[in-house]
Amino acid sequence: MSEQTTNPTYVLQGAAPLGADPVDLVLAGGVITEVRAAHSPVADDETAVDATGLVALPGLVDLHTHLREPGREDAETIVSGTRAAAVGGFTAVHAMANTTPVADTAGVVEQVWRIGRDAGWVDVHPVGAVSVGLEGHQLAEIGAMADSAARVRVFSDDGKCVWDPILMRRALEYVKAFDGVVAQHAQEPRLTEGAQMNEGVVSAELGLAGWPAVAEEAIIARDVLLAEHVGSRLHVCHLSTAGSVEIIRWAKGRGIDVTAEVTPHHLVLTDELARDYDPTFKVNPPLRTAADVEAVRQGLADGTIDIVATDHAPHTREDKDCEWAAAAFGMTGLETALSVVQQTMVDSGRMTWADVARVLSAAPARIGRIDEGPTAQGRPLEVGEPANVVLVDPAARRVVDGRSQATASTNTPFHGHELPGRVVATFLRGRATVLEGAPVEQVAGVRS
Amino acid sequence: MKHLLSTADLARADAIRILDTAAQMAATQSREIKKLPTLRGRTVVNLFFEDSTRTRISFETAAKRLSADVINFSAKGSSVSKGESLKDTALTLQAMGADAVVIRHQASGAPHTLAHAGWVEAAVVNAGDGMHQHPTQALLDAFTMRRHLVGRGAAGASIVGDPTGQDLAGLRIAVVGDVLHSRVARSNVHLLHTLGAQVTLVAPPTLVPVGVETWPCDVSYHLDEVLAETAPDAVMMLRVQRERMSGSGAGGGAFFPNPLEYTRNYGLDGRRLALLPDHTIVMHPGPMNRGLEISAEAADSPRAVIVEQVANGVAVRMAVLYLLLAGDASKERAGLE
Repeated sequence: MSEQTTNPTYVLQGAAPLGADPVDLVLAGGVITEVRAAHSPVADDETAVDATGLVALPGLVDLHTHLREPGREDAETIVSGTRAAAVGGFTAVHAMANTTPVADTAGVVEQVWRIGRDAGWVDVHPVGAVSVGLEGHQLAEIGAMADSAARVRVFSDDGKCVWDPILMRRALEYVKAFDGVVAQHAQEPRLTEGAQMNEGVVSAELGLAGWPAVAEEAIIARDVLLAEHVGSRLHVCHLSTAGSVEIIRWAKGRGIDVTAEVTPHHLVLTDELARDYDPTFKVNPPLRTAADVEAVRQGLADGTIDIVATDHAPHTREDKDCEWAAAAFGMTGLETALSVVQQTMVDSGRMTWADVARVLSAAPARIGRIDEGPTAQGRPLEVGEPANVVLVDPAARRVVDGRSQATASTNTPFHGHELPGRVVATFLRGRATVLEGAPVEQVAGVRS
Repeated sequence: MKHLLSTADLARADAIRILDTAAQMAATQSREIKKLPTLRGRTVVNLFFEDSTRTRISFETAAKRLSADVINFSAKGSSVSKGESLKDTALTLQAMGADAVVIRHQASGAPHTLAHAGWVEAAVVNAGDGMHQHPTQALLDAFTMRRHLVGRGAAGASIVGDPTGQDLAGLRIAVVGDVLHSRVARSNVHLLHTLGAQVTLVAPPTLVPVGVETWPCDVSYHLDEVLAETAPDAVMMLRVQRERMSGSGAGGGAFFPNPLEYTRNYGLDGRRLALLPDHTIVMHPGPMNRGLEISAEAADSPRAVIVEQVANGVAVRMAVLYLLLAGDASKERAGLE
């Protein structure tokens, strides 16, 4: 069954591509076939979608998602996580490797890739582990994962730092053979033993073991120099401190091939939130200070930080309904990421919608090397390009309710808070995965 | 006051009320019959996730002297060691009708979570949580200081006058040792500041937390200087945990080179004792490492009020339980006013 016969031709009427003047976008056969004047007549065999007042963006691409399957299906599954991604406006996610078993073989990454493909909510691109079992000793079968059906290009031990400098060097060198990238979770392990939150004024008062900024910055500094030395590509996951921004800025000025991401929560939340010992706000790297928040916003606005990635980290309620030290690190983010970026960067006048498309779609797709080929992501909204489109109502405001989100977990840090913007519709290669803000369940077996 | 979780949120008036009530409680403890009927029929649970025989016995004694029923719930030998969550333990205590839960936990913030997660209706008393707070220790320390140092005549007589209603204004207190890991230090800094005392923390730089600059106190790395220059009215020595000397891993994480060097620079010995003004008292929350942070000469000197701190602990904990569970209404029944 081909999608030409199963998907209607959609006409997104009055949509504003990247916030520009409204047009009608026509999606047919999986691609953008036509751009018409706004509110042109619609043919009988076309399905009109009223996009008046809505901004059209290329489908969002997350470089950092924890789908938890295989292993922790009680927190999230590939189906529930990718459905949440679609609701959040995403058309592709990179599934992190810290599952059980770890995604360190071709078998595991192909399984994740296939389940994602069959679910059909977004394209699932598995991230391969750098080291066997994330243990930091021996290189995983990186080549086999790259050559598998999943075509892995991003490798990461995320959750753990590739601490051993020689292992990091070898990984950076090895991925050059297929234009891969090593995505580093920058955390010096000895400086962060037992760490619970950002080390500073708040941790001193709360008596929680500190996670100092230097533990992140020292690894980033080492890694950019390693990447320069071996001429490879480094990606820095969830950068969180002002010092890290400075190091990335320096490295880019030096011509080092490094990219960096910031999470939505590090763009808006600070360590002051730990004062009530609510483990919802326990995350790794930890929430930092207001000065760090300002620095990462500045870094994102000036291009030092390339992308926003969610680090969507679902956890079961029992892993969060406990004392701080016993709780798991992490918070969900797929369904709030775009709103947080709008609030912190667009509504504040620091970025345009075109910039949003860059940091949440084009750049992450480019880093993951999924911006070409039959399932290309992060492409411009132009005729002939894949019809991966998200429609956003920037004027909407909504109160986040963790219990009603599409993700299987409830650990959103924004529960009860009002955020701007609402994803109205998401299209994956011309097929609606979300309409009127709700996920569109598909007929089994239909793939785009 | 519904709970006692931290001295940071304790108002001056509340702190003085606790100290004054403790003084009344202490007075009853010199009677032949020490037991008061105040909390008859009320249930106090000592929920201890961390070993602390001293603190548990102190709370148990305090509750029993007020005629409360006391249940000791230790993490060891209970379902907690089999992996029961704090939440389920709390729900169990709630179902059993606990009126107050005295909790000691290795995780900072666990008492806060217990008090605010909606699991129990009982009053929660923090009996020490991780590196965070140990409010009744600070209160008994303040109580001891007030008895010895407030209302003291110009001649320096030991106990003069009735300090009831008074704070600790103008007193200079040195707190010496492992500040980084110490809930006692954190609790004292806030309480003593609230009561008007000037606190100087003294520790090697490795045992001072990053972020200490916002605390309402001074910080010094030099004990001899502090003793000579501030002439403290009280010197409080903190316990140094043995594991701080080795650190984790291969020893690079140790906080100081060895015990001898620590004692040389930060131990209270006979020489340093001689530097102190005559009226200065020596305190220690216990248990002491004799020969490490405090020498036998200092610990056993007439200035040392360490044993009295223990006795005052019972009175202060009686006061806290009384104020949380009985409040003003039953003061008459208690025969306290």
